[in-house]
Amino acid sequence: MYFDTTVDPHRTSTGLNNRKMLMWAFLGSDVLFFGTLIATHLVYRGQSLVGHQEDIFSIPITSISTFVLLMSSLAMVLALSGIQRGNLQTMRLWIAVTAIFGAIFVGFQMFEFHEFVQEGLTPRTNLFGSTFFTMTGFHGAHVTIGVIWLWSLFFASFKWKAGTETALHVEIAGLYWHFVDIVWVVIFGIVYLVGAYGAEDRLLPPVSALGG
Amino acid sequence: MVALANIGLIPRPVHPTGVWSWLTTVDHKRIGLLYGFTALAFSILGGIESLIIRAQLAAPNQSIVSPETYNSLFTMHGTTMVFMVVMPAGAAFFNYMVPLQIGARDVAFPRLNAFSYWVFLFGALLMNFSFFVGAFPDIGWFGYAPLTTNEYTTTGATDYWLLGLQVMGIGSLAAGFNFAVTILNLRAPGMTLMRMPLFTWMTLIVAFLLILAFPPLTIALTFLLFDRFFDMNFFNVSAGADPLLWQHLFWIFGHPEVYVLILPAMGIVSDVLPTFSRKPLFGYPMIVFAGIVIGFLGFGVWAHHMFTTGLGGWASAAFAGSTMVIAVPTGVKLFNWLGTMWGGSLRFKTPMLFAVGFIAMFLLGGLSGVMHAVVPVDTQQQDTYFIVAHFHYVLVGGSIFGLMAGLYYWWPKMTGRMLSERLGKWHFWLMFAGFNITFFPMHFLGVIGMPRRIYTYDADQGWAALNALVSAGSLVLTFSVLLLLVNLAISLRRGEKAGDNPWEAPSLEWATSSPPHHYNFAVVPTVRSRYPLWDEEANVVEPPPLPPHEEPHMPSPSYWPLMLAFSIVMLAVGLLIWQWHALIGIGFIVVMMVLGLRSIYGWVYEPPAVEAPAAVHAHT
Repeated sequence: MYFDTTVDPHRTSTGLNNRKMLMWAFLGSDVLFFGTLIATHLVYRGQSLVGHQEDIFSIPITSISTFVLLMSSLAMVLALSGIQRGNLQTMRLWIAVTAIFGAIFVGFQMFEFHEFVQEGLTPRTNLFGSTFFTMTGFHGAHVTIGVIWLWSLFFASFKWKAGTETALHVEIAGLYWHFVDIVWVVIFGIVYLVGAYGAEDRLLPPVSALGG
Repeated sequence: MVALANIGLIPRPVHPTGVWSWLTTVDHKRIGLLYGFTALAFSILGGIESLIIRAQLAAPNQSIVSPETYNSLFTMHGTTMVFMVVMPAGAAFFNYMVPLQIGARDVAFPRLNAFSYWVFLFGALLMNFSFFVGAFPDIGWFGYAPLTTNEYTTTGATDYWLLGLQVMGIGSLAAGFNFAVTILNLRAPGMTLMRMPLFTWMTLIVAFLLILAFPPLTIALTFLLFDRFFDMNFFNVSAGADPLLWQHLFWIFGHPEVYVLILPAMGIVSDVLPTFSRKPLFGYPMIVFAGIVIGFLGFGVWAHHMFTTGLGGWASAAFAGSTMVIAVPTGVKLFNWLGTMWGGSLRFKTPMLFAVGFIAMFLLGGLSGVMHAVVPVDTQQQDTYFIVAHFHYVLVGGSIFGLMAGLYYWWPKMTGRMLSERLGKWHFWLMFAGFNITFFPMHFLGVIGMPRRIYTYDADQGWAALNALVSAGSLVLTFSVLLLLVNLAISLRRGEKAGDNPWEAPSLEWATSSPPHHYNFAVVPTVRSRYPLWDEEANVVEPPPLPPHEEPHMPSPSYWPLMLAFSIVMLAVGLLIWQWHALIGIGFIVVMMVLGLRSIYGWVYEPPAVEAPAAVHAHT
C-alpha cells in the first residue's frame, strides 16, 4: 500500500462540495416527481366527464403570480451575489425580498384554489380537479418549504461571517429556489397556457391507446 | 431571532456501547450491520410465509389456509422479500463496504445514512403492523389500482401497505442521494472511477436507479392514497380514469427496481471471481459499461409487464425490442465472468461456489426472461407458474446467491472471524439442490397451465406430483438456510481468527483490520492501480493502530435521524387515526409535524461534534 500524508483530508474527488452535489441529485429526483405529476395531468387532459376544466383558468391573474415568482429568482441571484461579495446586509435584503415574493405567490395560489372551489371545482369533482390540485399543490408545498428555508437563512445569518461556507448555504438554497421556479414556468406554459389557448385535442394519447 | 441558531444545542449523544449507541449511531459499518440483521429477520418472516404457501399447495384441494389468507400470504411474501430482504441486504453490503472500498472514513452524510435506515425500518414495521389490527394486505406486491381503490378493496390493510411502502421509499431515496455523492466525491486520492471495485461501481448505478425510479412509485402511491383517503378520481374509472395508469407508473418504477435488486449481486460476483481466480477481472471496462447500459435501458422496458393489457402493435413491438436489447449487456457480463475464470488458478472456497452458482442460475433466469420479450410467448405464459419460476431464478438464483457470496466473502472482514468451510459447502450444495428442486418444476407447471395466485387446485388437473416435488424442495432450501444460521452462530462464538486479508483479495477494504477501526483507515491510502493490494504487495506499509488521542475526527452520534424518521412514520399513523376519528387524527398529525420540523432544525443546527471525553485529554 502507498500512503501520501500530504493529502488534504477535506478534499472531494470531483472538487464539488458534497452538499451542493446532494442538492443536484435531489433536484434530478424532483424532476421525476414533477414529471410524473405533469404527465398524468396531460394524459388525463380532456378526459373529465363532468365539471369545470381548463375553462376555469384566469390567465391574467396567474400571469401576475408567475411574474412575481420569476422576479423572486432575480432577487435570489442578487442575494447570492451579495454574500459572494462579502456583503451580508445586501444578502439579507434580497433573501427577504425572495421570501416575500415566494409568499405572495403562495397567497395567489391559495386565492386561486379558493376561487376554484367557490366555482365548484374541487379535487373530488373530476379527473382535472384531482390532477390539477395535486400537481399545483405539490409545487405550492415546494415554494412554502423554500420560503421557510429562506427565512431560516435570514435569521441565522445574523450569526454568520461572510465567506465561502456561508455563501454555500445561500447558493444551495438558490439552486432549490430556481428549480422550483423553472418547474412553475413549465406548469404555467403547458398546463395553463396550452390548457387555456391550445388546441382542443389532447396533448398525449390516452395511456391505453399508446401505439394503438 | 438569534435564538434560532441555538436550537440544536442539545449535547450530542456520546455512548460508545449499549442500546443508545446503536440508536444514535452514524457509523456506516454499524448501520450496515443494522440493515443486515433487519434483512435476516424479515427473511425468516418472508420464508415462513412462503412455507405456508407451499404447505397449502403441496397436495390438491387442501384447506390449511383460507383463500383470503392465501392472498395475504403471497402479497406479504412478495413485498417482504423485495423491500425488506433483498433491498436492505444489498444496502447492508453497500453501507458496510463502499466507504471501505473507496478508502473513505464514512459516507458523505452519516446522519442521513442513519435516517435512511430508521425510516426504512419504521415503514416495514408499519406495514407488518397491519397483522395486529385485522388482516395482512391481500393485494399483491404490485397493488394494482383500480382494484386497490375503496370500491374494490375495503380492508384497511391496504392503507398500511401503501403508507408503509411510501415511508420505506423515503429511506431508499435518501440512501440513493447519499451513496451517489459518497462514491463520486469521497474516493481516496488516485482512485479514479475506472479504478473502483466493481461492487462500488454497481452501487453507484443502483444509487442513480433509486434516485430516478422511486419518484414515479411515490407519486402513484400518493394518487392511490388520495383516492382512498380523500375520494379523489385518479383511478376512478367511472369518472373517466384510465385503468392502466397505475400499471404504467408502477412498472416504470418496478423494472428499474429489478436492477436495484440484481446489480449489487453482480457487483459482488465481479469482486469475488477475480479474488478466487487469482487474476484481474476480464474486460473490466466492458462490465462497467454493461452495468451503465443496463441502468439506462432499465427505464425503457416497463411495458413488457403489460403485454396482455392490449397496448397495441407498435407499443408492444417497441417494448419487445427494448427487452431483447437489455439482454445484450447482461450477456456481455456473463461472458466476462467466464473469461475471468478462464485460465485462472481457481480456489473453490464457499464465496466462489456461490459466485459460480450465481452465474449458472442467473443465466437460466435471464434466458427465461428473454423468452418473455416475444409477445405471443409472454401472452401464453402471463400469470402462470412459468413467470414465478423465471423471477425466482433471477431474484433467488441471482440476487440471493450473489448476496450469499458476499456474506461468505465479507463476513471475516465484518466480524474478524472465518466461517466454517465445511458447513459452508454443505450450505451451498443443499441450497443449490433445494433451490432447483423448488423452482425448476415451476417452469413445467406454468407450461401445462397452472396459474399464479390460486390457493388450491383439483387432483385431475395433473399438477399434484410436481407441486409435491416443489414443496419438498422448499424444505431442503429451508434446511440449507438453517445450516447458514448455525454456521454464523458457531463462527461468532469460536470461529478461526480471520486476519486482515484472509482471501488475499485486491481491494482496499482488505487493507485495514478485521473488523475495521471505527475510523476505517488510520491514514487514508493513495491508490495507484485497479488492484492496489496485488500490485503493491511488495511495499505494504501497515500503519499501526492509532493511540486514542490521535484518532481521526469522526462525526458524533445523533438523536435527530431517529427522531425525524419517527415523526415521518407517525405522520402516516396520523392518517390512519384520521380515518377513525378526524379531529384526533389531525391533532396527532400537527403534533408530529412540529416534532418533524423540530428534528430538522435540531439536525441542521447540531454542533458538529462533542468534545473529546476527558479520559482522552489526560493523554495530551
